Amino acid sequence: MNDTVKPLPRWIDVGLIPIINVSIALLVSGLVILAVGENPIEATKVMITGAFGYDEGVGYTLYYATNFVFTGLAVAIAFHAGLFNIGGEGQAYIGGLGVGLAMLLLDASMPAVLLVPIAILSAALFGGLYAAVPAYLQAYRGSHIVITTIMFNFIASAIMVYLMVNVLINPGQQSPESREFSDAAQLPFMHEIFGWFGVTIAHSPLNLSIVWALICCVLVWVFIWRTKWGYEIRTVGFNETAASYAGIKPARVIMLSMCISGGLAGFVGLNEILGVQHRLLLNFTAGYGFTGIAVSLMGRNHPFGIVLASVLFGALYQGGAELAFEIPTITREMVVAIQGFVILFSGALAYMITPWMTWLYNRLSRSAVTPVEAEG
Amino acid sequence: MSDMISDTATQDGLAGESPTNHLALAIELKNINKSFGAVRANKNVNLPVVAGTIHGIVGENGAGKSTLMSILYGFYEADRGEVFIAGNKVRIDSSKAAIKAGIGMVHQHFMLVDTFTVLENIMLGAESSPLISNSAIEATSILEHLADNYGLHVRLSAITGTLPVGEQQRVEILKALYRRARILILDEPTGVLTPSETDQLFEVLKALKNEGVTILLITHKLREIMAITDCVSVMRHGEMIAHRKTSETSKEELAELMVGRKVFDSLNRPAEKIGPASVVVENLTVLSSQNVPLVDNISFQVRAGEIVGIAGVSGNGQSELLDVLNGIRPVDQGRIVINGREITPDHPFDPAEARTLKIAHVPEDRHRMGLVTKFDARESIILGYQRLTRYNPGMLLDQQVVNDECNRLMALFDVRPHQPEIKSANMSGGNQQKLILAREIDKAPTELFVGQPTRGVDIGAIEFIHEQLLDLRDTGCAILMVSVELDEIMQLSDRIIVMFEGRIVADMAREEADIKTLGLMMANAHDTTDADHGAQATSSAGES
Repeated sequence: MNDTVKPLPRWIDVGLIPIINVSIALLVSGLVILAVGENPIEATKVMITGAFGYDEGVGYTLYYATNFVFTGLAVAIAFHAGLFNIGGEGQAYIGGLGVGLAMLLLDASMPAVLLVPIAILSAALFGGLYAAVPAYLQAYRGSHIVITTIMFNFIASAIMVYLMVNVLINPGQQSPESREFSDAAQLPFMHEIFGWFGVTIAHSPLNLSIVWALICCVLVWVFIWRTKWGYEIRTVGFNETAASYAGIKPARVIMLSMCISGGLAGFVGLNEILGVQHRLLLNFTAGYGFTGIAVSLMGRNHPFGIVLASVLFGALYQGGAELAFEIPTITREMVVAIQGFVILFSGALAYMITPWMTWLYNRLSRSAVTPVEAEG
Repeated sequence: MSDMISDTATQDGLAGESPTNHLALAIELKNINKSFGAVRANKNVNLPVVAGTIHGIVGENGAGKSTLMSILYGFYEADRGEVFIAGNKVRIDSSKAAIKAGIGMVHQHFMLVDTFTVLENIMLGAESSPLISNSAIEATSILEHLADNYGLHVRLSAITGTLPVGEQQRVEILKALYRRARILILDEPTGVLTPSETDQLFEVLKALKNEGVTILLITHKLREIMAITDCVSVMRHGEMIAHRKTSETSKEELAELMVGRKVFDSLNRPAEKIGPASVVVENLTVLSSQNVPLVDNISFQVRAGEIVGIAGVSGNGQSELLDVLNGIRPVDQGRIVINGREITPDHPFDPAEARTLKIAHVPEDRHRMGLVTKFDARESIILGYQRLTRYNPGMLLDQQVVNDECNRLMALFDVRPHQPEIKSANMSGGNQQKLILAREIDKAPTELFVGQPTRGVDIGAIEFIHEQLLDLRDTGCAILMVSVELDEIMQLSDRIIVMFEGRIVADMAREEADIKTLGLMMANAHDTTDADHGAQATSSAGES
């Protein structure tokens, strides 16, 4: 059978199948909403309006999407090297710590022009180095990276709690938060930037990080498909034996790709700490690292697909919050369940319908092609 | 001219069917058609096979032999056409149906669980009782009976993975017979066997034939067709070109029918200017992870401008030797000197450095090592050379330069289809191999290590590849070639080394070698009959 099967064309693989996956997720969500006695169509309307219907909603959607682009790219780059980086959450956390430490140390003595690049560098450095440890264990000691990166999420969480409660807490308050950074150590919000040009848009947490996210997409694309390093990463990902033959050291490629992956995840800290919170605090990663896995899978590990998937997940986060607010019987937990369905069907079960689609496609194309061939 | 040959052949072939018509046919395939997308793998194929005969099917790679056999064994269903077994029309849509119709198949790559015993492998999926112990008792008695009748002796309690290849193949045959096969299909059965194992296999096949079993033998080795078959059918480009009685045809005629033109197989031209030794291997030992020597204290030299062929049944240390010479595996003991660079356990080198020393490597397994099947051809064309400055003028890989390079090399080595953007996996074996050779030879290496240069490659491409290797040799390159094809070794080598269990058992000039002696040496059955320097090499290697 194998040789007879035509592979799916790209538009089905990266276009239609994700759409069907999301539709299945929404369908199942609809059943759940129906079960609690609400109208699923009404709920969908609220979600879509909440995510895209007005300025502020769009702002929030894109703010969430910014985080997903970073964590999605992080998962994708590791994936091209054949690695499954589950540690985006912890790397984002530690990346944020890097941003926070650098700003707490320097924000009084430097202008924003210097502080922003320093924040970018420290986010990448902290996130990257934090990913380097499991990478080293995989590359030179053979510990499986899935296991170690998962465990490193917990370690990151414990480190942050310790530091925030005992070291970095601003004295004289109950909540474990640092002092606020000076004005120089804050990324401008998009509504501020638009304001400089006389355009008024609604206030939202969306900030300049989104531009950096898009720049990262381009850089990642160039790196993976247009440089010798990307070439070597993909060679290792596809065929490690061929890589050894080609003089590529898989261990080094694992180190390189994981450090870049961790650095990209660390940029979540840029968006959250430098862009929105302007102080160091707990739990700002809010599961973005895990959602990044679904984003990357849905975006087929390609920056362009990751942008689209990020906007979708951003809309789910924002529209979901709106939904819980507008329809009280649909609780916050219900919304999490709906998000969970989308992650389940387009992340974990991303390839579930591929065999059926392949079968269907072959059936349809065969019946369409055979008469033509018979004439020819 | 070539067209005329094929036309007349077709006519002869159809006429040639008539004498078989009055005999009982074990298999009759009528008008079999099978397409894969736009490729028509089988076009109106007819095949009558007389019961109780050995029937050979020959053809180049991609001629449609394997597809036809897969249809007969139920892996594929034909788009059109009919299958008759012993005169009855049958529908074979799964291998289960094929087994039920009395057809057994011995695949080129064995379908055995290495960690199971022989008995477990044979029973697997055909247990006669829910309790393994009951099935085992029954199976043992049946198998003992089969072993006595056909000389198929294998120790049933042995762990399959520890058996030599020849015995594993016997397990496959027993598996088919245990399932009551009366028709046995063997796909390239001798590819992995030593000449003596081949002889044993043929004895078994003859015994089976005498018991009335019908045997279909798929091979590209014409010598074997001539040695054992009763009838032979030739396929080319998906069509059945001719049927012949083996006694009424010749190797030359079959080769011509297969290729569609005359084949000149002897392009054997001796080396003219042999230079100084450029590869020196001294007391080299390579160990497995369990410290078992895979390459066992061997010494040899390759001089500039000569081809040294390493003969041997695969798995006798040749692959490890190639890996060590290219820096993929470390040297465990001894030393290698290539182009003045000494490689010892304390001074290792790696494939990247090997390339800077002008060492080129065409690996044995092109899918696993030589290219990345998921890459475009233009990505595979820079594999191993991805860091060259001319591909990386700045920070980025220059797409235009790489594309031009791919176009140039594809033209130079006649790689088809001439499309740099084609997926490496979608190229035929011969073209993949030409792509790899183009990549390696174009770097003007001073040493080339090449494994199985023509494995799975069409006859037409084989000639081309051999020409390229000889041309490279004549430019003064030192070539070390590992091949399991004795014909290839004999044709190309200036010197021949035979490896057995990691040791060198013979090292001689080509003029001193003949296929029969080489075959015996490969099985290490030679030193009893003739205590020449080959045997001495064995004993000296054994002492250390």
